[in-house]
Amino acid sequence: MSTNKGHTNKVPSALTIGFARGGLEVKQFMRQRESVVFTLAFPIMLLGIFGSVFTNELTDGVTFSQYFVAGMIASGLVNTGFQQLAIMIPVERDFGTLKRLRGTPMPASSYFIGKVIVVFVSMILQVALLLIAGILFFGVNLPTDPAKWFTFTWLIILGSAASTTLGIAFSVIPKSGRGASAVVSPVVIILQFFSGVFFVFTDLPGWMQQVAAIFPLKWMTQGMRSVFLPDSFAAREVAGTWETGRTFWIILAWLIAGLLISIRTFKWERDR
Amino acid sequence: MSSVINVRGLEKSYGSNRAVAGIDLTIEPGEIFALLGPNGAGKTTTVEILEGFRNRDRGEVTVLGVDPAIKGEAARKWRNRIGIVLQSTSDAGDLSVSETIAHFAKYYSNPRKVEEVINAVGLTEKADELIRTLSGGQRRRLDVALGIIGSPELLFLDEPTTGFDPEARRAFWALIEDLRKSGTTILLTTHYLDEAEALADRVAVINHGQIIEVATPALLGGRATSLATVSWKGANGLQSERTDNPTALIRKLIESYKDEIPELTVKRASLEDIYLEMIGGADVNK
Repeated sequence: MSTNKGHTNKVPSALTIGFARGGLEVKQFMRQRESVVFTLAFPIMLLGIFGSVFTNELTDGVTFSQYFVAGMIASGLVNTGFQQLAIMIPVERDFGTLKRLRGTPMPASSYFIGKVIVVFVSMILQVALLLIAGILFFGVNLPTDPAKWFTFTWLIILGSAASTTLGIAFSVIPKSGRGASAVVSPVVIILQFFSGVFFVFTDLPGWMQQVAAIFPLKWMTQGMRSVFLPDSFAAREVAGTWETGRTFWIILAWLIAGLLISIRTFKWERDR
Repeated sequence: MSSVINVRGLEKSYGSNRAVAGIDLTIEPGEIFALLGPNGAGKTTTVEILEGFRNRDRGEVTVLGVDPAIKGEAARKWRNRIGIVLQSTSDAGDLSVSETIAHFAKYYSNPRKVEEVINAVGLTEKADELIRTLSGGQRRRLDVALGIIGSPELLFLDEPTTGFDPEARRAFWALIEDLRKSGTTILLTTHYLDEAEALADRVAVINHGQIIEVATPALLGGRATSLATVSWKGANGLQSERTDNPTALIRKLIESYKDEIPELTVKRASLEDIYLEMIGGADVNK
């Protein structure tokens, strides 16, 4: 290294840079008013509308709003991870932000760590707001059983991780940042309909249920119902139980699939 | 001291299009080297191979003694020593100038002081403003700040002053002169020939994927010995003559006109004229 001017050349670690990126991404997220409104306020508005329209009880002591809150929390994992990233990354690619980063000593893993952090922070905010609104206005009861909180915690962590890797994986599909929202949002909305967020899952046609069962959102909503609805309600699920173990493995499988696809296909530059 | 950039027999094709068709290039430490060429000449492909953004088909390339195609941790160490200012980067701009620069400083082992870099690119008054409030020229200066924050030994500058007004361009040139004094090697691509002339120690003209000539701006294309064009208003309107001895021609004109020679000009080929002639873009002496 003849031209090295005595540099130590100890490049900061991927983790250090990753946390720095996480801090920066959160700061940027908070400053983008549209994204804050869309990610945080929109689900609350939906909850307000659906909760006011459907006031019927599904079974004794379980209102539709309670059912819906569980589904919206699961949707929150998909909105803040999958939807947010699959729209944001193509925009960053178009702007040249990704190419610029690629020209620095920042490794790809730091970029992904930053995304994981911003997804996690916005997801926690969204879930907290939904829970507060659910408790205040729609008679949602927080579980008292520690086992349910345990399920809630791993669902949140595993679900948002899967949602993050799938968002990064899907980000290669939109051709441009401008069109990304039009490609990604319908996927999310259709999945929400199919997965029993807006309707009671078992009321949906059988083929719809079968399609939904392939994708992780159905399992996330079912998992969240197991946390927020009384155990007696399990009898009204497709299998007659909460299927907690199966939920875990299916979401984990999607997480790994998303990770593998991301590593193989991630694009730093727009196709020319 | 070995060269900063060393290229031998570089080739790259896209399908049947030979974008780079055998390029040799050597750039020495501390040099400002300009790469000139029309769009599609292979300029961008060459630079992107040197920057490690693109793979080559054939040839030997070392940049700071390292093959730019390396991956992993070694690539990070290499990137730690170079700076890249790309064409047109446009963030959403929700961060301030100093926040952005301070963040990029965290990527490098030996960053320059954030404040010092902000001052160097002339953004002192904008340091706390959000990027979205910057003008095009100010954004470009921020791009440069991000390119030099890691105290690079080698800086790639791609069309750095596109969209600048003349004053901003002069200020930018002064910044590049400062970098030269600090010993940074710079590879510049530009469309502006006056910029290459003002900054570059040597220029290379590239066309159809090959380097036509490498020389100092003053000597490129035989410029120093090229013919001068003398023109004046004669009896039949504007007349001009190309000559290797304009003084003799003017003496003759003085004799025939006695008084003032109407609309007399003597023009030597500019770097732009030479360049256009070399790439066959136009016959400027018509």
